[in-house]
Amino acid sequence: MGAILLLEDGRSFTGDAFGAVTTRVGEAVFNTAMTGYQEVLTDPSYAEQVVTMTAPHIGNTGINLEDPESEKVWAAGFVVRALTRGPSSWRSSGGLHQYLVQAGVPGMQGVDTRALVRHLRDKGAMKCVISTDGTPVEALREQLAAWPGMAGRALAAEVTCAAPYVYADPPSPTARFAVLDGGAKRNILRMLEQTGAYVRVHPLSDPAEAFCSGVDAVLVSNGPGDPAALPGVVEELRKAVGHKPLLGICLGCQLLALAVGAKTYKLKFGHRGANQPVRDERTGRVEITSQNHGFAVDKESLLAAGATVTHVHLNDGSVSGFAHEPSRVFAVQYHPEACPGPHDSARVLLDEFVRRARNTPSPAGASS
Amino acid sequence: MSARQRLPAGATVLVIGSGPIVIGQACEFDYSGTQACKALRALGYRVVLMNSNPATIMTDEDLADATYVEPLTLDAARQVIEREQPDAVLPTVGGQVGLNLALELHAAGILDQHGVRLIGADPVAIRVAEDRQQFKDAMVEIGVGVAESGTATTLPEAEALLEQVGLPAIIRPSFTLGGAGGGIAWNVDEFRAIVTEGLRLSPVDQVLVERSLLGWKEFELEVMRDLADNVIIICSIENFDPMGIHTGDSITVAPALTLTDREYQHLRDLAQRIIRRIGVETGGSNIQFAVNPENGEVVVIELNPRVSRSSALASKATGFPIAKIAAQLAVGLTLDEIANDITRVTPACFEPALDYVIVKIPRWNFEKFQGADRRLGTAMRSVGEVMGIGRTFPEACLKAIDSLEGGYPDVSAATDQGIREALATATPDRLASIFEALRRGWRSSQIAEATRIDKWFLDQLEEVVRFEQSLTGRFVEQVSATELRRAKRFGISDAMLAKLLGCREEAIARRREAEGIVPTYKRVDTCAAEFASHTPYLYGTYEDEDEAGESESDRVVVLGNGPNRIGQGIEFDYCCCHAAYAVGEAGLTSVMVNCNPETVSTDYDTSDKLYFEPCTVEHVRAILARERPRGVILQFGGQTPLKLAHDVGTVLGTSPDAIDLCEDRERFSALLKSLDVPQPQSAVAHSVAEAAQVAGRIGFPLLVRPSYVLGGRAMAICYDQADFDRVVVDAIATSEAHSLLIDRYLEGAREYDVDALCDGEQVLIAGIVEHIEEAGVHSGDSAGVLPPVLLSDAERRRIEDDTSRIALALGVVGLVNVQFAVQEGEVYVLEVNPRASRTVPFVAKATGVSLAKIATRLCLGTKLAELDPACLKPKGNDLYFIKAPVFPWRKFAGTDVVLGPEMRSTGEVMGVGWSFGEAYAKALLAAGVGLPTEGGVFLSIRDSDKAASVGIAGALAHMGFRLYATRGTAKFLEDKRIACETVFKVREGRPDAVDLIKNGQIQLILNTPLGKKAQYDELAMRLAGLEQGVPCITNLAAMKAVVSAIRSQRAGELRVIKLQEIA
Repeated sequence: MGAILLLEDGRSFTGDAFGAVTTRVGEAVFNTAMTGYQEVLTDPSYAEQVVTMTAPHIGNTGINLEDPESEKVWAAGFVVRALTRGPSSWRSSGGLHQYLVQAGVPGMQGVDTRALVRHLRDKGAMKCVISTDGTPVEALREQLAAWPGMAGRALAAEVTCAAPYVYADPPSPTARFAVLDGGAKRNILRMLEQTGAYVRVHPLSDPAEAFCSGVDAVLVSNGPGDPAALPGVVEELRKAVGHKPLLGICLGCQLLALAVGAKTYKLKFGHRGANQPVRDERTGRVEITSQNHGFAVDKESLLAAGATVTHVHLNDGSVSGFAHEPSRVFAVQYHPEACPGPHDSARVLLDEFVRRARNTPSPAGASS
Repeated sequence: MSARQRLPAGATVLVIGSGPIVIGQACEFDYSGTQACKALRALGYRVVLMNSNPATIMTDEDLADATYVEPLTLDAARQVIEREQPDAVLPTVGGQVGLNLALELHAAGILDQHGVRLIGADPVAIRVAEDRQQFKDAMVEIGVGVAESGTATTLPEAEALLEQVGLPAIIRPSFTLGGAGGGIAWNVDEFRAIVTEGLRLSPVDQVLVERSLLGWKEFELEVMRDLADNVIIICSIENFDPMGIHTGDSITVAPALTLTDREYQHLRDLAQRIIRRIGVETGGSNIQFAVNPENGEVVVIELNPRVSRSSALASKATGFPIAKIAAQLAVGLTLDEIANDITRVTPACFEPALDYVIVKIPRWNFEKFQGADRRLGTAMRSVGEVMGIGRTFPEACLKAIDSLEGGYPDVSAATDQGIREALATATPDRLASIFEALRRGWRSSQIAEATRIDKWFLDQLEEVVRFEQSLTGRFVEQVSATELRRAKRFGISDAMLAKLLGCREEAIARRREAEGIVPTYKRVDTCAAEFASHTPYLYGTYEDEDEAGESESDRVVVLGNGPNRIGQGIEFDYCCCHAAYAVGEAGLTSVMVNCNPETVSTDYDTSDKLYFEPCTVEHVRAILARERPRGVILQFGGQTPLKLAHDVGTVLGTSPDAIDLCEDRERFSALLKSLDVPQPQSAVAHSVAEAAQVAGRIGFPLLVRPSYVLGGRAMAICYDQADFDRVVVDAIATSEAHSLLIDRYLEGAREYDVDALCDGEQVLIAGIVEHIEEAGVHSGDSAGVLPPVLLSDAERRRIEDDTSRIALALGVVGLVNVQFAVQEGEVYVLEVNPRASRTVPFVAKATGVSLAKIATRLCLGTKLAELDPACLKPKGNDLYFIKAPVFPWRKFAGTDVVLGPEMRSTGEVMGVGWSFGEAYAKALLAAGVGLPTEGGVFLSIRDSDKAASVGIAGALAHMGFRLYATRGTAKFLEDKRIACETVFKVREGRPDAVDLIKNGQIQLILNTPLGKKAQYDELAMRLAGLEQGVPCITNLAAMKAVVSAIRSQRAGELRVIKLQEIA
């Protein structure tokens, strides 16, 4: 069966279909990680995105039960050069094709993915439609036109958890964290748990009083969509600023930047990969990081708001982390929790999170 | 962070190269050394270089401020340090040889004495990395798994170890040649037997008992670290062959393809922990891991604390220049300060992302070592490698197979049982056997079980074979465009399709082109297209979009030499690089085509455009169609490009017809006859019967060789009918044209190699190299001296005149090499090669004339008369330059070490001296042949040489050497009043010659063998010499030269000479 990927600017790519027989719209993006396709697919930050992997062989190790970053596949579509049908791994419990069939997500293989990536690199991430069910091109164009796109989309509000829950409750916690869930990857929670901390997860819609209550610090998670489309969340965060140490990862970094008065903007084609070099300006050390974001924090407005840039992305000089010390806000644009990607920053950053959390006086009377 | 400071600008850095090409240490170190020299000079440092290998780009005069082509010995290095007063020494780009020499300098206190800093390496770290026990302890300390092992000197000790390691167990006797006596024990009886035998064979009565990791997956990570403790992984490499086969002899794939992110990141974490614990401060290291495919258990195998063969491969696989960056880090730069050459906008501090797959396949030369065991194991024995790049594993793998040229075995005639065995026991035939098994209907799972190769790879290959089978027996017209495109996307060559469809390769190409199914070219850009790239480092694949780009000036394509093999190695790569440089200097766009990842020619820096593609008709024609060049230069890449002479359109330089003429014995003889140039009586035979007739006509001794082969494959001297009958069948089979050249063998003649330049009108004799061994030893295996020492003026004039007339008659444009034999004043032409020869780099180094560059200018249409006369004028006229070959005997246990007409050396060195003896002594030292200045000499001389040996024996006795000889030789010498002790032949009584050698009483063996088939005792003696590191000289001419060299060595120090000071 043939498959087609139609881009907003009219360019199209064809290939062989796999996964679900359906049609989906989304934003066309690419990821340069050479391992970890299962983690990518299940990362909520990829909601409504059609992901192209630059690594040519995908599916080699199949699917296993340990590696998903959430309970479902979030990506809207998956484009690869060569799909492996018979995986090989001692941990594998099935193949990628079947996995996407079950998830209802269309896939496409045999594509000149490099040509597609070069196009997206030059023209920027854009709207697209992927179809594996033979829908006529005209109809695809209509669906594409009808989709609103990523800018201004409050997607994180759609992928957040339904109600607060306690993820980890050790007898004598090293620190107490609330995680504001904009689509948090499992490994963020897992890593916090491994530090010996108490971890409670909150829906993005919760008010500051709720997520600040009874914890040492609040961590705002990663997630999909446009941070500027979440003014309500920013408003609640602004209330918490100065009262609790506020920490952020990815979307959380952008939301906290907005909360301290900085601006965000959309990157041309984003940073998505597992080889992104970030320098911690405080130590001079470079960490190879995992990244996945289409929006970024504007440096000038950040400095104007009295924050300092703690981490710089070495490829393009963009903000990869900042601190607003007076109000104890600290956030990074990259993913210390990796999955997929290198663990360079995991330990360092988690330690810093815990340190920052523990410097806070006892939780009593913290909320405003 | 280290307290060390950045090396101040203007400081002098000594770079140590790796010396001659040997198995396991080949031209990848020319690539890394060249990169390091360039990088250091670009940073404003003064570079002093030491390397004994003249056939390298790195020893070109303009690559360093001071270049010493000198033996890599402590003495020579000390002299260089005393003269040049370097501030630092960079030892990590010259392989194990460079590293060892630097450590010796350190241990001897020479570095401290002269205030020389060791950069890029720390002696303590190196010791921890290289000492098995210290490494193991360090790994245990940081919680990294290692394979349990221990050494034993008795059977009970070994049995105690077995408790720890369990069965199956690996047993390796210490210090045996080629790992002889080692093995895997599957049960206790076997264990006892192997240990007992191993203890007996080991000269130190010791065996290593190790846990078997057979069948585990093997991975390598290329790691870099800077002084700020930033650690990055440049590349992951997965071995297609599981544990048990040296990675140099394994098919390898990058990136790793069968690991999940969790597993890969685990290896990455371990790699970081390991490099930090070992304490490799800056530069590149290679770390090898074994992973249990059943449960993911990881064991670290080793760490190489330097730039390695794998890092050269990783550089080519990723576009990340590891050696260059390692040099920059060594002087104190940090990774974030260095720009990525390819993207220009991003830093080198990142990890390359690949959107393609590379497959490396080794190239072996077992056919040259009759008697050697072909089973692959823990000792590397391949002599070269190819890399295929494709968008998928099958495509990369099939392209790599294409790149092997003749190096891919045909196993279609094997029985099923034969295939079964070939799968279970790895030999060079295994990949071919896998394909054959799949064609015979085996399933990938069965093959995975037999080979322990990951099923993922086999599934991929099975898919290719099943597709091939869907085409088999059909007509080309019946195959749809879709199927054809699918075939090409798999990487199936036109030649293979032609075979499947029973048509000619051209028919496939025509059909394909008519359908518009042509390759597109993609870039290797380090970043999977995330950023724009500025370096056209390209590979072909069947996709939609092409990125080759346009060039402003006319293109000239230089065809490379493919995989290194004995007879066609680094010398040709050197020439191809110079050709690319010269094309660029002429204001044109140089386009390089090659598939050898070890080389300088495949550095994206060498040419304006690099096509990393197989050097075959299909691939080269596609590149030509894409580039539409002014023409193609094919005279520098050895035999590989010449085979394409008729398929590449405009050839720049000597015409394809002239090339053919030289290969066609009949036309060639007619030409020589017309020029009145004598050649040894010769004839061509096309069958065994015809060969016998010819032999009868010409008479023995005869030189027999197949036509159209390089390196003297299957070439032999036959003294009688029995010799002749033995070689003739194999020789005919070896020839591509199934024809045989039979020459009168000129016994006792001197041989000369002449390299000349010709523009079609004028000839310039660039150099005459006199062989030190007499005619009959392959020119590549013979030591040679420039200028000649035994050539009379009349003979020289004759040689020069013949060379000129031949070159002009052929219409040579570029280089020509003519081999002469001089016997009793008569000058014969043996062979004419209208192309760059193996001696070109040596002659260029010795004369200072850049032969290959000038030849390129001639190919581009410049006349010799138009060139600056200064660049044609040789220098160094009062010096002697000697090249000496280096042999891989130690790697091929069971092979005789006698030189003959089949080339078996892997590399060469150069010695420079003010006398012949000094130059020869240096050359031998550089080749690892340490000549004694005192001690015992054993002589065993055949009757025909006895008279001539008197002078040699006399001179040695006069210098105080104690002479030993077997009865015949001893008696003969005593008759000539030369004192000599008689020694038993092997099996005649004890102590025999072998006992003496083993007891250290003999420091030099002079043995001229009896005829072709070595006698048992001679063989045993030569092997004993090899084991004990006692030089063994097997012909008279070389013995004379050795005496002269010993005399020089005794007279005093061998002084180092800087190339740049030669006038």
